[in-house]
Formats: sequence, C-alpha cells, structure tokens
Amino acid sequence: MPSPRRSSTPEPAFDSAWTGASGIAEAVTAGRVSAVRVTEDALARVMERDPLLNAFTDVLAERARRRAQTIDAARAAKQPMGPLAGVPFAVKNLFDVTGLPTRAGSKINRELAPATQDSPLIARLEAAGAVLVGALNMGEYAYDFTGENAHDGNAHNPHDRSRMTGGSSSGSGGAVAGGLVPLSLGSDTNGSIRVPASFCGLFGLKPTYGRLTRARTYPFVSSFDHLGPLARSARDLALAYDAMQGPDAEDPVCADRPVEPVTPALARGTDGLRIAVAGGYFRKGTFPEACVAVQRVAAALGANGDIEIPEAQRARAAAYVITASEGASLHVERVRTRAADYDPAVRDRLIAGAMIPAALVNRAQKFRRWYRGEVLKLFDQVDAILAPATPCTAPAIGQQTFVIDGVEVPVRPNIGIYTQPISFVGLPVVAVPVPLSPLPIGVQVIAPPWREDIALRIAYALEQAGVCSAPRPTF
Amino acid sequence: MTVEEVVPKNADHLDAYIDAAAQVLGLTVKPEWKPAVRANLEATFKLAALVAEKELPDDAEPAPVFHA
Repeated sequence: MPSPRRSSTPEPAFDSAWTGASGIAEAVTAGRVSAVRVTEDALARVMERDPLLNAFTDVLAERARRRAQTIDAARAAKQPMGPLAGVPFAVKNLFDVTGLPTRAGSKINRELAPATQDSPLIARLEAAGAVLVGALNMGEYAYDFTGENAHDGNAHNPHDRSRMTGGSSSGSGGAVAGGLVPLSLGSDTNGSIRVPASFCGLFGLKPTYGRLTRARTYPFVSSFDHLGPLARSARDLALAYDAMQGPDAEDPVCADRPVEPVTPALARGTDGLRIAVAGGYFRKGTFPEACVAVQRVAAALGANGDIEIPEAQRARAAAYVITASEGASLHVERVRTRAADYDPAVRDRLIAGAMIPAALVNRAQKFRRWYRGEVLKLFDQVDAILAPATPCTAPAIGQQTFVIDGVEVPVRPNIGIYTQPISFVGLPVVAVPVPLSPLPIGVQVIAPPWREDIALRIAYALEQAGVCSAPRPTF
Repeated sequence: MTVEEVVPKNADHLDAYIDAAAQVLGLTVKPEWKPAVRANLEATFKLAALVAEKELPDDAEPAPVFHA
C-alpha cells in the first residue's frame, strides 16, 4: 500500500491538533478526513513538539498506521466505525502495550520481557475506533506529583516549559495539553490524573474506585489505584470513559456493574443539582489562583453554600501513611537488591515506608472506613462538591519548596493535599480547567460513588458557559 | 492508641530505629541517604500520629475492599 504522504489526492485541511476526540471521530466517520491522515498528523506533531515536551517515551508509528488503515478500510466497507473512530491516543507507560516492557517510569522495569497483550483499557478504546500512537513519560513507579523523572528526563509543561506538568501522569498531561494527541490515559492513586490536569489545563476524570479495570497495568498502591482519561473537553472524557467501562474478572477490584453510559445525558444541564463548595481544610493553604478558580466555577454553577468534609486533614494523613507502606511493600525486595537503580527521591521514601509499623497502617485503614461513612452522609445534602485540584499553578521544574500560610513547605508532598482526601475513599472526580493567565489551574468536581455522570454533566455545563476550557499553548 | 506507643519518641530514637529496622529488613541505608530517609519517616510518623489520635471503637472495621 502506498504511503499516505505520497497520495496523489490530498485531503482537505483538517486541524486534528485542536479538534478534539469527538470532532475527529465525527469527521472520520463522515469521511471528511481519513484515519490515516489524522494518525500521520499526530505522529508528525509528536516528532516536532515532543523534543520540547518530553511527553513520549515510545512512539508506535507502524502499529498506529496499520490500525488507522484498518479503520479507513472499515469505512470503505460501510462497517460500523465506533464512537472514537480514528482518534489518536497515548497511555502512561505503566499500561501494558504489546511489544513493550511496562517500564512504569523506572529504570529497572525496562528489563522486563515485552508485554504480550495490551491492557484491556487500550483494547476497549481501540475497539471503539481509537488509535494508540505511543506510551508516555511518568514519575517513577507513579510515586510522584511533579512530572520529574531521573531516568527519562523531566516532562515539560506546554504552557511554560520551565514549569512542571505535574505527575505522576506527566506525559499524559503534556501530550494532550501540547496538542500532540487529543486523548490520553493516566493513573491516579493520590491525584496523579487530577494534578497534571490542573497544571496543564485539561479535563481529567478519576472514576469511582473499582469502576475501570486496572488489569495489565503496573500497580502502585492497590488500595487507591485508579485509571482514567485526560482530554481537552468534557465530551471527549465522556466518550472515552463510556468506551472503557464494564466488568473485568482480571481485576478483583473492578466492580461487577453494567456499562452506565454518561455521554447521552452529558448536555442535560445542572438544573436541580445541589452543588456546594468544600470549606474548612480545602480553604487553607491555597494560593490566590486556586481560590479564584473555585470562586469562578462556584459562581457559574450558583453554588453558594459551603460544606465541611469532616476530618479531611486526617484523611490526607491516612492516605499518605497507607501509600508509603503499600508502595514500600511492593518494592522492598528491589530496594534491597537494586537501590542504586531507583530515582533517589523515590528510593528514600520507599526505604522509610518499609519501616512503618503495621499497627499504624491498620489504624489508617480503620479510619478510612469511618471517614467513608461520614463523607457518604454529605451526599444526602448535596449532589456534588467543588474543591481546588491543586493549591497552586504549576511550580518551576526542580522547585523544592513553596510557602503555604506563611510556612515554607516541601513542594512534592504538598501538591496533592486536596486530591488525596478524595481518592482516599474512591469518589469520582472530574478535574476541570480554569484558564487563568499566565497558567491554568484545575477545580475538582466531586460526585457520589458511581455517579461520574453528575461530575461530567457539571464539567460540560462549565465548558458551555465558557468558564472552563483547555487553553492552547504557543510553540 | 497513641503514636508514642508504637513509634520512637525523639530524634536519637529515630536514628536508632532506622538503623535497627534497616538491619532487620535487610535494607542498606547509606550515610548520604539517611537524612532523606529520616525526614520521610519523621513526616510519615507525624501524619500517622494524626490518624492514631482519632478515637475509634475496637470493633471498627478496616477499609480494604475484597470480593471473595
């Protein structure tokens, strides 16, 4: 088959960089552009822009071209196209991708045998017509909020390349914010989707704990590990999320629930929804930008009242303890034998985590159950809660400290202070981007368990109202 | 339960705890790594103390999800 670049019948201009997943799928389905063309454009953008962003660790050009040709052939044969027809996407490199060792941001894991199967979430997106174009940079073993990586280099924020993307799904943020691909997958244990969504100005969905299968991905903290999409619109999140739902016996945590599509009700509006702003803990330690962002979102939604999420500070503390311990449990044997091959910042935390007495971890898990009960009671009063996603906009790469409430504190652990109390009990959250200048920042839209539809409806409404959008960087 | 019942009480004890735990666990803690390990452990213990201070009944169930 001749290369599409040598085609004698050039296709009309189509800006696949900023059209978004749903727009691409509509155009491919309608025949206004081919999947091959969209894929070639994405690969060309990766070649051009990734040297500036360091979002990709693996580019799967030949696989992507073959997949795109299959989609175009399906259209020619008048076969069903799928809701993500021809949409290029990329995944955090902790997802199994056939033919690649699942490096999970590490030096050690790249010695693993190549994966022999794709992660089921990749398979489900491709079954919906999407085209995998590569694997993405991430913080080592997902123990990271910054996007810095000692082995693969730091990811750079497309809005200011001297700044962090956030992590640990760093490349998942940079690749979509930079317009390389319209859709990516990340993982979120304590905030690793919501933090890069905030710093990079994207929509990010952390679904309910147990909603999306985690099979054939490299774990971090099983108690809190979630997977989800990042995109430039709420509709794109919804399309990807709907394609990925469904039970999977391969992940014992994945709920045995039917697919509950959210896309059909996305534009239903927010009438009748009771929305409050998280007070107390979530108003402390914020930089002015985070306050402005929450205020804008709250005003647009008519959310006047505050609601107190009880013991959120203790919840964050318990999440920290469980993370340190479970993370260390996963890695302790490698730390014994290959300590020098870890990023020093990760290694030192894993060593410390291995030394936490079990009684303290068990205590944190008991607190978690209590806290879950208290948080669920809140949803008798409200349908959704708003909170900052991060205390600040993206810090500079390498920045070690910032000042919160007059106290200088380390950047790394404090980036996630507002995300941790939420993922601790597995609530679904959409991080929505508020396009402040010079840098965007995110707000969490938090819904009751299994009600991703509510968070996505609110995100869509905010987008329609012009309050939330993914800003375009300049290159 | 208070955190003092299960973790070292002061700086000297923390260093001794790291040395002992490293030996028992078979972990190497090079001298140049120790300040960061110590800082991380100290931060974790402080947060664990916050959790441990919360009064919970003896029959409080832990949260991990397991479907048999």
